[in-house]
Amino acid sequence: MVNSSIYPVKAEVKSLNFYYGQVHALKNINLQIPEKKVVALIGPSGCGKTTLLRCFNRMHDLYPGHTYSGEIVLHPDEVNVLSKDVDPIEVRMRISMVFQKPNPFPKSIYENVAYGLRVRGIRRRSILDEHVERALRSAALWDEVKDRLHSMAFNLSGGQQQRLCIARALAIDPELILFDEPTSALDPIATAKIEELTNELKKEVSIIIVTHNMQQAARISDYTAFMYMGELIEYDETGKIFTKPSKKLTEEYITGHFG
Amino acid sequence: MDRVDHIVRRSRFFDAFFAVVGGLILVAVLIVLFVLIGDLFYRGFDRINWQFLTSFPSRFAERAGILSALVGSILVLIVTAVCSIPLGIAAGLYLEEYAPKNRLTALIEINISNLASVPSIIYGLMALGLFVYKLNLGQSILAAGLTLGLLVLPIVIVTTREAIRSVPQHIREAAFAVGATKWQVVRDHVLPYSSGGIMTGVIIALSRAIGETAPLVTIGALTFISFLPSPPLTPEPPFISFKWLMDPFAVLPIQMFNWISRPQEGFHVNAAAVGVVILIITLGMNAAAILIRWRFRRRIKW
Ligand SMILES: Nc1ncnc2c1ncn2[C@@H]1O[C@H](COP(=O)(O)OP(=O)(O)O)[C@@H](O)[C@H]1O
Ligand SMILES: [Mg+2]
Repeated sequence: MVNSSIYPVKAEVKSLNFYYGQVHALKNINLQIPEKKVVALIGPSGCGKTTLLRCFNRMHDLYPGHTYSGEIVLHPDEVNVLSKDVDPIEVRMRISMVFQKPNPFPKSIYENVAYGLRVRGIRRRSILDEHVERALRSAALWDEVKDRLHSMAFNLSGGQQQRLCIARALAIDPELILFDEPTSALDPIATAKIEELTNELKKEVSIIIVTHNMQQAARISDYTAFMYMGELIEYDETGKIFTKPSKKLTEEYITGHFG
Repeated sequence: MDRVDHIVRRSRFFDAFFAVVGGLILVAVLIVLFVLIGDLFYRGFDRINWQFLTSFPSRFAERAGILSALVGSILVLIVTAVCSIPLGIAAGLYLEEYAPKNRLTALIEINISNLASVPSIIYGLMALGLFVYKLNLGQSILAAGLTLGLLVLPIVIVTTREAIRSVPQHIREAAFAVGATKWQVVRDHVLPYSSGGIMTGVIIALSRAIGETAPLVTIGALTFISFLPSPPLTPEPPFISFKWLMDPFAVLPIQMFNWISRPQEGFHVNAAAVGVVILIITLGMNAAAILIRWRFRRRIKW
């Protein structure tokens, strides 16, 4: 499963097991995330993609009864982000997330993007302005909103809202961004914009994207992990997964025999 | 077996039947309400004038006024607000955002809902024992304000929790995901987005407190008082005085009750006039609550 072509490595998942109470949702996951590449997580609904993604930024810590064991080691400083000694707040300042449904705060466009900086205690207007502009440019939203930064985020279209959420995730200069089916609530044009965006973003940051859309995985990812019933079945370069997968299950899934 | 059109016709009939019965009951209730309020306004409204609002009670109905009761109600309400609002919001916030979900908190939750339905005279009896005698506060504005504060505390807690629960979890997650702490999520998101609902609850709780009579009778509110409490501002340093907290008091509903039990017709008119004043205050507060809720709803969409 470990692939020698994955270098340099950004993050390494080791023997990860996850439980929702009694439900064993992730079974001994081992996975290497390359630096400045896009990794797609695919698999049928309920196979554990979201669960795995939310392990990276310790989202599960918010809910009692969500328990896990194993490691996710972040390089180059080799911090195990799942360690009890590591503060989840610290982890979330390095690994940010974009959710399935656009979820901007009911605040202005500017305040949405600046929020991740404000929670770090950054108050200087000039620094905030600079980061907000940079994040909005990276999210390909600047030109559309630069004249109305202080209007409410809800006035934006769905696709714009999702790009705003991407800008919010980018503003904190993350090392890794987690996307959980970011286009599932969007129309094809907005989807295409976001796919284009991931291509740009990977020059700066490592990306993991969950998608139920196999064409999307094939279009935008460098590596693809196929999951099934809580297990990682196969992980390889995207081209290989979609042309000659080594597992029968993977082949059946990508040819549309189930899921 | 019935034919389909029979079944449909029968359900249609029942639909219409219940709509008509429900509508009639509603109309009947509204008519009773409007007749009562209309009667009150008809008899009392003309009596409300400057003299009425700025005079002390008197043996003569046409010289009597509600000054001491009005000031008493306002001061008691201030004490009630100061003790129940911060406590109620903090308790609701704690239960909703911080408390672990276990048997103990479930028990506390049930008891808070039950407290909201305890008859108010029970609060009065408890306050008589605790505030008036044990804590030695006497028959004072402070004792009255604390009593009403306890009485409306469950309302504030319950409405605070409902308002907080209406903030969607995905908004909290969005804030956590950029590295916010629990307190930052509460301060920057949960509280601001639920403040419309919380304020509505607070106003409704206070408008309930304005009309409460039984517990204040129990702790000994006066019915005839011809002086005002000590002024809160003084000409000498430190300029602020809290002596008024310990002064005796009257409140509007008790003044109304007192007048209505007099034999002379003139006092009955006065009583109707106090009733109108109380109604105007409560309706005004409820209108403010509706306005606040409407404005927040317009600003926040999920
Ligand atoms: N909060 C939860 N509590 C209990 N079980 C859950 C919870 N969330 C997800 N699950 C279960 O865990 C499994 C994986 O879910 P998820 O990671 O959301 O799948 P995917 O994102 O691949 O569709 C599913 O069987 C789902 O029913
Ligand atoms: Mg999912």
